[in-house]
Amino acid sequence: MTLSEFFHMGGYGFYVWTSYGLALFVLIANACVAYWQHRRLLGSARRKARRRIL
Amino acid sequence: MLARSLVIWFGVACLILMAIGLYWGLVVAPPDYQQGDSYRIIFIHVPSAWMSLFVYMVMATCSAVGLIWRVKLAEVIAISSAPIGASFTFLALATGSLWGKPMWGTWWVWDARLTSELLLLFLYFGVIALYGAIEDKRVASRAAGILAIVGVVNIPIIHYSVQWWNTLHQGPTVSKFDSPSIDASMLIPLLIMAVAFKLYYVVVVLMRSRRELLLRERSTKWVQELIEQQ
Repeated sequence: MTLSEFFHMGGYGFYVWTSYGLALFVLIANACVAYWQHRRLLGSARRKARRRIL
Repeated sequence: MLARSLVIWFGVACLILMAIGLYWGLVVAPPDYQQGDSYRIIFIHVPSAWMSLFVYMVMATCSAVGLIWRVKLAEVIAISSAPIGASFTFLALATGSLWGKPMWGTWWVWDARLTSELLLLFLYFGVIALYGAIEDKRVASRAAGILAIVGVVNIPIIHYSVQWWNTLHQGPTVSKFDSPSIDASMLIPLLIMAVAFKLYYVVVVLMRSRRELLLRERSTKWVQELIEQQ
């Protein structure tokens, strides 16, 4: 199988790759949002804690 | 922290399995004799659909535990599951649509399976919105939990819809354990992807729950000590 055959997917390339691209995007976005929210919470909590000490 | 090392280990396992599953499903597995290469959407469509139901059951079970025994952790896991479940439901619907277009000739039909799965998406949205709308998070958890539990009635409807109603959506291929009508060369990557999706859910729900728990308990001593240590 050549690379162009692989991307062509027997004529269904558009449907197959859109599906996989969408899945990849949604899964990565979910994990990133969860990570960023956690970092942001830690950051603001740490700032608050520092203010309390000063 | 235990949660952090769990996230890393499950995350690594998830990535490895996903890589194997994708390679197997996209390259090694042969094309279907009826659907050609379009059937390869199955390797994300079916795991997403399974997860949309699985996550809902986890959410409803945790909601019940939270309602009955007032377990904070259960409440947190329940509400952290909702956005992930909604994502899987959306993926199942979107990839199904992208599969339906070349195979059925239409993006969407109002058949029983598709409609009940769409209802599941709205149930997830309802749970998220209800939780967000109430200020006191313990009250919010109870309200969203009741909605989640009532929505469980939709789960068997989704599962059996392809048997109860004769529709466009194809019948079950895998769950007939005695004789699954799918070849091993396609079944194995499908199951690998399903396990990878499950691990993904564990990773993200741990990350979300950890954050939600810290947010709720941010004024307590143990959270402040934890933050100062880091």
